[in-house]
Amino acid sequence: MYQIEQSVKLSDNVHEIWVHAPHVARNAKAGQFVIVRTDENGERIPLTISRARDDSVRIIFMTVGKTTHALAAIPSGGSIADIAGPLGQPSEIKQYGTCVLVGGGVGIASTPCIAKALKGAGNKVIGVLGARNADYLILEDEMAEICDELHIATDDGSKGHHGFAADILKKLIQEQNVHAVWIIGPTIMMKVTSGVTREKGIKTFVSLNPIMVDGTGMCASCRCVVAGKTKFACVDGPEFDAHQVDFDMLMQRQRYYMDQEKEALARWQEHRCTCGGDR
Amino acid sequence: MGDRPADARIKDFEEVDTGMTPEEAREEAARCLQCKKPGCVDGCPVNIDIPAFISCIAGGEFGKAAASIRTQNLLPAICGRVCPQETQCEELCILGKKEKPIRIGQLERFAADHERKTGLTSPIRKLDSGRRVAVIGSGPAGIVAAGELAKEGHHVVMFESLHLPGGVLTYGIPSFRLPKDVVKAEIDLILDMGVELRLNHFAGKSVPVSELLEYDAVLLATGAGLPYFMGIPGENLNGVYSANEFLTRINLMHADRFPVFDTPVARMSRVIVVGGGNVAMDAARTARRMGAKVTLVYRRREEDLPARAAETCHAKEEGVEFITCANPARILGEQAVTGVECIRMQMCQLDGSGRPVPEPVDGDTFTIDGDVVIQAIGQGPNPVLVRELHGVELGRAGNVVTGEDGRTSHPKIFAAGDVTTGAATVILAMGGAKQAARSVCEILVPGRR
Ligand SMILES: Cc1cc2nc3c(=O)[nH]c(=O)nc-3n(C[C@H](O)[C@H](O)[C@H](O)COP(=O)(O)OP(=O)(O)OC[C@H]3O[C@@H](n4cnc5c(N)ncnc54)[C@H](O)[C@@H]3O)c2cc1C
Ligand SMILES: Cc1cc2nc3c(=O)[nH]c(=O)nc-3n(C[C@H](O)[C@H](O)[C@H](O)COP(=O)(O)OP(=O)(O)OC[C@H]3O[C@@H](n4cnc5c(N)ncnc54)[C@H](O)[C@@H]3O)c2cc1C
Ligand code: SF4
Ligand code: SF4
Ligand code: FES
Repeated sequence: MYQIEQSVKLSDNVHEIWVHAPHVARNAKAGQFVIVRTDENGERIPLTISRARDDSVRIIFMTVGKTTHALAAIPSGGSIADIAGPLGQPSEIKQYGTCVLVGGGVGIASTPCIAKALKGAGNKVIGVLGARNADYLILEDEMAEICDELHIATDDGSKGHHGFAADILKKLIQEQNVHAVWIIGPTIMMKVTSGVTREKGIKTFVSLNPIMVDGTGMCASCRCVVAGKTKFACVDGPEFDAHQVDFDMLMQRQRYYMDQEKEALARWQEHRCTCGGDR
Repeated sequence: MGDRPADARIKDFEEVDTGMTPEEAREEAARCLQCKKPGCVDGCPVNIDIPAFISCIAGGEFGKAAASIRTQNLLPAICGRVCPQETQCEELCILGKKEKPIRIGQLERFAADHERKTGLTSPIRKLDSGRRVAVIGSGPAGIVAAGELAKEGHHVVMFESLHLPGGVLTYGIPSFRLPKDVVKAEIDLILDMGVELRLNHFAGKSVPVSELLEYDAVLLATGAGLPYFMGIPGENLNGVYSANEFLTRINLMHADRFPVFDTPVARMSRVIVVGGGNVAMDAARTARRMGAKVTLVYRRREEDLPARAAETCHAKEEGVEFITCANPARILGEQAVTGVECIRMQMCQLDGSGRPVPEPVDGDTFTIDGDVVIQAIGQGPNPVLVRELHGVELGRAGNVVTGEDGRTSHPKIFAAGDVTTGAATVILAMGGAKQAARSVCEILVPGRR
């Protein structure tokens, strides 16, 4: 069992938890993830390591289905059955020059670690955070502190630029010499946004989120197509060259269990109401 | 007692073979000739003193039989169930020449099951040696190595990336062949010797290589879990599984009991399994239990099927349809699988292993409808950790190269099991682990063994 030291609701569907997991916290590098299992009947789900401090890791997640809802319902001081990691290849950190980190929605969770590492390697780091509206914007202060420049975009204009993070990225690469870009967010956002840097041939990374089981290269559930080759996102990635990724294939594979996911969520929600509590 | 009837057993995941009654066991044991030079022992990779334990069973001393087996084999209830006995101990039993060989595997299982019901006790361990060994992986190789090292008084820390120990015994081999309480009981016995098991630790990542090398020795038992694919069009469609993924979802994550357990698996009505080994049979029989009509496609002839004869027979009894001399050329479908286009194969001249080489017959294709395709065409050594170990020589297939003694080209690193041999068997992994543990002991305490 691993203790959830702190659980905080950041917005109505985004949660932050700190989990006591020394084996992960002491070895985590930017861009890596964990696999979490809430309880004995639970599914193994991958979540990005948003930050590590001493013996604990921070995870920020959106409640989308059964497991993430159940995770959000565990109060501070509660515990989860398993947390495995750190998993995956770390981000490719080196001195590029000027780097732009684009975070969309809960994808922003991954950006502080990478931003910090890039700063440490001597880069100029520009952050671009995009969210549906001001209420859904996370980690703004943290990113402002790390980055040399920070830009905000909201779909409804409630904060910063009225529009998409991609618009800001487009402007940035016109105005200055950008050497590397990270885009992390919903798959469709990564697909569209990485189009912005394609023409100029700017090195661009995206962090892929296919369905995983073991997270150690043994099942191939997470296979993605990059540059025409099959890759296992859990051990070869999760970060890949954005301009080589087959995003449509990724989205197709992400949808495979939609019916079962709906059923599981409905069942969980009903269970919670009728029993007046989930555990 | 024997096998439960096929129509009943495909409705659940309970064990197919119910084993022997005490009377049956004693009767079978009484047939043994107690050979002075027993061939059976030479056929067993861990050289169990077979006549000795059989004589105990014949005399009704079941506990003594189990204790005798345990001196050579730490996982008898598992081996008695999954060993390919017909090509090992039983093949060399003298009685096989005239009538039927002694059912050594069944008797081994009987003794071990009896022992489990009457209470197990861990082997005694020697005084603490003050030496620390890291064992990576908790499949049969890792478990046995940990047990042998603990017996010698060394402090063993065993790292496992999954949330349960056992490797293939836990996530691969289905419970209808190897019940998980049997696996747990035999593993717990070894852990009780003071082995420290660290689950959720992916060695190389949760524990950096530099930290591993601070141990007095490192024993790699990371297995051959890398699933191979055929490389044909359509393999990334929804509904195409590696056998590993399919079996893991069901054995480890219990997707057969969704939604009580959260992990889903495809809703399947027609399943096509590709391959002809034990893994293919397990996948096919598991898919039958999920309610699907199952067709197994194998590229060579029926007589070339590499699976154990008993497994092929079980699969047929359970209604798995076999199509031999055919190979998938393309998986059909837009987003999800709708079928497989296969090409007929003809058998040409023999290859190095004495089997005919299958060649496609031009233009002779046919289609099988289906919603799930399971690829069970083989697995390679798990590459993730080994490629980070500098100074460890790797073979062409990515396997760790060792001598008979389990030593690698790195003085502190040893290896055993599937990571050295490629996908093999439980008992070979165990045999290798015993050798490697012995070699570890030699460098830790020279001259003690
Ligand atoms: C490397 C990686 C890092 C991730 N990091 C984060 C993160 O930091 N924060 C965050 O909110 N989300 C993250 N995700 C996505 C997260 O794993 C899914 O939201 C979660 O699994 C949903 O589970 P559920 O039961 O709540 O929802 P479900 O109802 O089961 O599924 C909702 C959607 O999530 C995806 N999903 C379902 N099961 C899995 C699975 N086992 N593995 C991966 N995806 C699955 C599917 O596309 C599905 O359509 C990450 C995914 C990957 C692969
Ligand atoms: C479906 C199936 C059916 C089979 N049926 C039979 C049968 O009937 N009879 C038979 O004799 N054999 C059978 N086999 C083969 C047999 O199971 C294997 O030969 C045997 O399990 C190999 O043992 P091992 O300990 O080397 O590896 P594994 O059992 O593969 O165990 C390796 C373990 O190491 C862990 N690991 C890997 N990398 C790391 C890391 N970096 N850090 C931490 N942990 C790690 C893995 O998670 C795994 O638990 C079957 C195999 C399969 C897949
Ligand atoms: S361990 Fe396997 S080979 Fe050895 S006696 Fe038992 S069943 Fe036969
Ligand atoms: S070879 Fe057969 S008959 Fe002889 S001791 Fe072994 S099991 Fe008994
Ligand atoms: S999640 Fe199983 S191989 Fe990547």
